[in-house]
Amino acid sequence: MSISTREFVCIGCPLGCNITVEHDEGQIKSITGNTCPRGAEYVTGELTDPRRIVTSLVKVEGGELPVVSVKTRTAIPKDKIFDCTRALRDIVVSAPVHMGDVVAADICSTGIDVIATKTVERG
Amino acid sequence: MKKDLIIIGGGPAGLAAAIAAKEAGVDDLLVIERDAVLGGILNQCIHNGFGLHTFKEELTGPEYAGRYIEKAKELSIPCECGTMVVDLALSDDRKLVTVMNKQKGLYTIEAKAVILAMGCRERSRGALNIPGYRPAGIYSAGTAQRYVNIEGRMPGKEVVILGSGDIGLIMARRMTLEGAKVKVVAELMPYSGGLKRNIVQCLDDFGIPLKLSHTVVDIKGKERVESVTLAQVDEKLKPIPGTEEEIACDTLLLSCGLIPENELSTALGVAMNPVTNGPLVNESLETNIEGVFACGNVLHVHDLVDYVSEESALAGRKAAQFLTEGLARPDRTISIRAVNGVRYTVPAMLDLSRMEEKQLVRFRVGNVYQDAAVVVSAGGQELINRKKKVFAPGEMEQVILTKKQLSLIPELEELVIEIREAKQGEGR
Repeated sequence: MSISTREFVCIGCPLGCNITVEHDEGQIKSITGNTCPRGAEYVTGELTDPRRIVTSLVKVEGGELPVVSVKTRTAIPKDKIFDCTRALRDIVVSAPVHMGDVVAADICSTGIDVIATKTVERG
Repeated sequence: MKKDLIIIGGGPAGLAAAIAAKEAGVDDLLVIERDAVLGGILNQCIHNGFGLHTFKEELTGPEYAGRYIEKAKELSIPCECGTMVVDLALSDDRKLVTVMNKQKGLYTIEAKAVILAMGCRERSRGALNIPGYRPAGIYSAGTAQRYVNIEGRMPGKEVVILGSGDIGLIMARRMTLEGAKVKVVAELMPYSGGLKRNIVQCLDDFGIPLKLSHTVVDIKGKERVESVTLAQVDEKLKPIPGTEEEIACDTLLLSCGLIPENELSTALGVAMNPVTNGPLVNESLETNIEGVFACGNVLHVHDLVDYVSEESALAGRKAAQFLTEGLARPDRTISIRAVNGVRYTVPAMLDLSRMEEKQLVRFRVGNVYQDAAVVVSAGGQELINRKKKVFAPGEMEQVILTKKQLSLIPELEELVIEIREAKQGEGR
């Protein structure tokens, strides 16, 4: 048994709790410093499968704006962030685009859709 | 034209204030917004992390704004977009709001009450006194954010960012995701001005270095930025000779603080707080001018839009109370004195007869304090003593005062709020 500790700053909300995790080769022994369950979830994720929600843009054809803001519906693996933004650069959607519309399904085989976060009407 | 209530600004503050006022029974109201669309700065804040307090879910800026815009529509709150307020004046107890737009030209609206919700703007290079040439490629972080996120243009490829405010941190990630190389974020102070979570998810995640106690001492390039020179600063924030480092880049982003936009407020004669550069307000978020309220970033710069919405709803409710039943004139005004590390409070004063059961008092500290406590006292008697691991200037703090608690203290004239350190804090 070799227990090691890691310090995290939770990114779950702007409070930014300092969380300490004691673990034995990834086996979590204790979590301290979090003020809500989200913090425990975050550090567990960081140790086993770190993920981030990715927000970016997709080009719009014939819209009142040239781009529409988008996000991954839920967090995708951290090591897929750049693959995801690169893939989004090649996508062009036609106006109108509505908030919540899927602009890219199953992005980079993550099983997660990319959706529009604003509405861009025809321009 | 006459209106009961005019709200200046259709961003998060103005929308939340308008919704709260309408829900409290004000029907004759108007929101005036200078941009073509409602939502204010949230429209360009396409990152996530908004709304955790308000909606218990994580939204992007446009989604958060969308919720309020929908609500305003549902409540049939009239909004004039593309309309700029050019002057505010008093005529007896009426407020004269002079506005201008393409359709109707220049005209004046007479209002019984006004809510100031104009937001803030960025500190510019001119205000920072950075030496060097004046080439293309120097942008405030928010301008770059607008170019990238709304107009779909990249301002540059190799980027240095001065200032570690949240917009600078967010733009470091944004530019990186769009394919630019962000070489370094330099911060004059020995601590970051941004939220901790943004340092983790915008810099650490992408291996972007943050140099604290560093500033830009030179900008080179005649047509376009070619390099910037960073130097370390001493405790008095003066560059230390011999520490200069020239960094090749084509873009410099400035994220060096936000300034509330109060030209209209001062034109009206609103008394200002020199610390926040926003109006001095009481428990109702009312300024020294009866019937003129302020909320959001025009009042003091916030880190979280959730807090802006909450604060602005109070301004909306109080404006409604002023218009419907009338707000009692201040009777027992208690001033709140900010000392020992507390830079300011909003509100700066409160009146027992007018305050709601619970009064939120928000403040910022002037330095990083570890293992310290925020203490609120009245004549030496401690009312609140709340310990916290870290207080930092980049994070707004709050205490809650109750009417019950304050009513028990006879002849209360002043509350004192301060930071007490258990042990010596770091920094100056």
